[in-house]
Amino acid sequence: MVSVFRKEVAGFLNSLIAYIVISVFLTGIGLLMWVFPQTNILDYGFADMGTLFGLAPYVFMFLIPAICMRLFAEERKSGTMELLFTRPLTDMQVILGKYFAGLFLVLFSLLPTLIYYYSVSELGNPKGNLDSAGIMGSYVGLLLLGAFFTALGVLSSAVTENQIVAFILAAFLCFICYDGIQAIASLEAVGSAGYFIERLGVIYHYNALSRGLMDSRDVLYFASITIAVLLLTKLVIGSRKW
Amino acid sequence: MSISVKNLTKIYGRQKALDNVSFSVEQGEIVGFLGPNGAGKSTTMKIATCYLPPSSGTLEVCGINVEEDPLQVRHQVGYLPEHNPLYLDMYVHEYLGFIGHVHKLRGKELREQVKRVVEMFGLTKEQNKLIGALSKGYRQRVGLAQALIHDPKVLILDEPTTGLDPNQITEIRNLIKEVSQQKTVLFSTHIMQEVQALCQRVVIIDSGKIVADQNVDRLKDASGVAGEHQTIRVLFENRVNKEDIGKIPGVIEVHPKTDGSFLLLSAGDQDIRSNIFHYAVENDWVLVELTRESHSLEEVFKELTGKGGSGG
Repeated sequence: MVSVFRKEVAGFLNSLIAYIVISVFLTGIGLLMWVFPQTNILDYGFADMGTLFGLAPYVFMFLIPAICMRLFAEERKSGTMELLFTRPLTDMQVILGKYFAGLFLVLFSLLPTLIYYYSVSELGNPKGNLDSAGIMGSYVGLLLLGAFFTALGVLSSAVTENQIVAFILAAFLCFICYDGIQAIASLEAVGSAGYFIERLGVIYHYNALSRGLMDSRDVLYFASITIAVLLLTKLVIGSRKW
Repeated sequence: MSISVKNLTKIYGRQKALDNVSFSVEQGEIVGFLGPNGAGKSTTMKIATCYLPPSSGTLEVCGINVEEDPLQVRHQVGYLPEHNPLYLDMYVHEYLGFIGHVHKLRGKELREQVKRVVEMFGLTKEQNKLIGALSKGYRQRVGLAQALIHDPKVLILDEPTTGLDPNQITEIRNLIKEVSQQKTVLFSTHIMQEVQALCQRVVIIDSGKIVADQNVDRLKDASGVAGEHQTIRVLFENRVNKEDIGKIPGVIEVHPKTDGSFLLLSAGDQDIRSNIFHYAVENDWVLVELTRESHSLEEVFKELTGKGGSGG
């Protein structure tokens, strides 16, 4: 697993992907938080980071599929799948190696935003007057969300040899899980079942964590859907043996 | 026994890719695995490297069943897949390091092994280049180098010389020959000369069935597979009747050819060349040509794998 992880991270760093992903993410979020008139904190006048945590999922929705689309699709296309799966590695080791490499990049793009935390806290009046617990929770939520989106990205990449298909599929799945389920829950037609459907969606648990209350149910929710998607990926990769 | 295949069958959907295949490769042997495209060579190799599971039957590498302990089997096997897939955006030494790392080589040992295969395959100058920038011949060397990085006992090479120019083919063959001295090698090809140049033994497969499993010399010999007779070609300077030739002891059939020569068939292993000579001397025939025709491997291959598959 470590060898695959190292190879993939080196692959990200040797190509432009890592730099583009991180700089696009930071530029986009930075502009939204500090410059754009509708969303910037300075005009808003409250010392919180709601902008980051409200918009980051939508940026992730495009960036994570872009990070993950090549992970398996490229191997499939160039035939190196066979090379990789005839080495002394289990399928799961390969999948996890690639998954954590993707997650590593997501984590790295998120780290510099800690500077925003410091800036906002300095700008507060009085200084440091900031809902730190809420921000902590939001970071955990965002990280778990990133972990889930990465799993969806890896799954999409595993089902096809075309990177564009993998990208679109992953973005679509992320969107459905994040916004789609919420939207279904609020339909008139589903009635009182909406209450339960809403709890199936990612956004409900993400918001719950954002409030700064680290509920084990929410963490467990993210852990289980992520693991489920990774197991599904294993099934897809193992399907060559059928 | 290094590779032992017993009643191996592989079914893709409805298509039977391998049908009850059995053969074995002894330790230290170099065996050519021959067959037309789509015969099941690659499938067998994919099963031997645990990429695909067999539908039924067993395949053992160094006594380990591929279904029971695939990781252990993969440790014993060096594999060069068909078309030699490589990561084109990796550097040669980086790639070899990655494959070595996967095979649990670490630190100093890893560096030494990389150095060893780099030197072995003459990649010293190329090791700091991107694989994508290498010529096909060098890529093939990288492919072979990665298969040998962990010093495996068994080497499985799927069409290692396809798409190379004649000089490169010779180079790669020599490299294979060199490494095969301490290892068991099973390699597939559809080029006959390759088998003649490299192997002691050949296994021919057609439509998922083994049609021949023999030493190369015996296969070449017409008596081996192509029928229970030998063929002698003779040419006399003076005119000789077909009937008269038929009187030579041991000759069972005479076929006149358009160029004036005759093909004589004799039964079994019996060598009738001396009979022909003596008979010619007795009758004052001037013998200008006398050759024993051994079927070329190419002919044997065509005969064995031709349509209808009667198999001689």
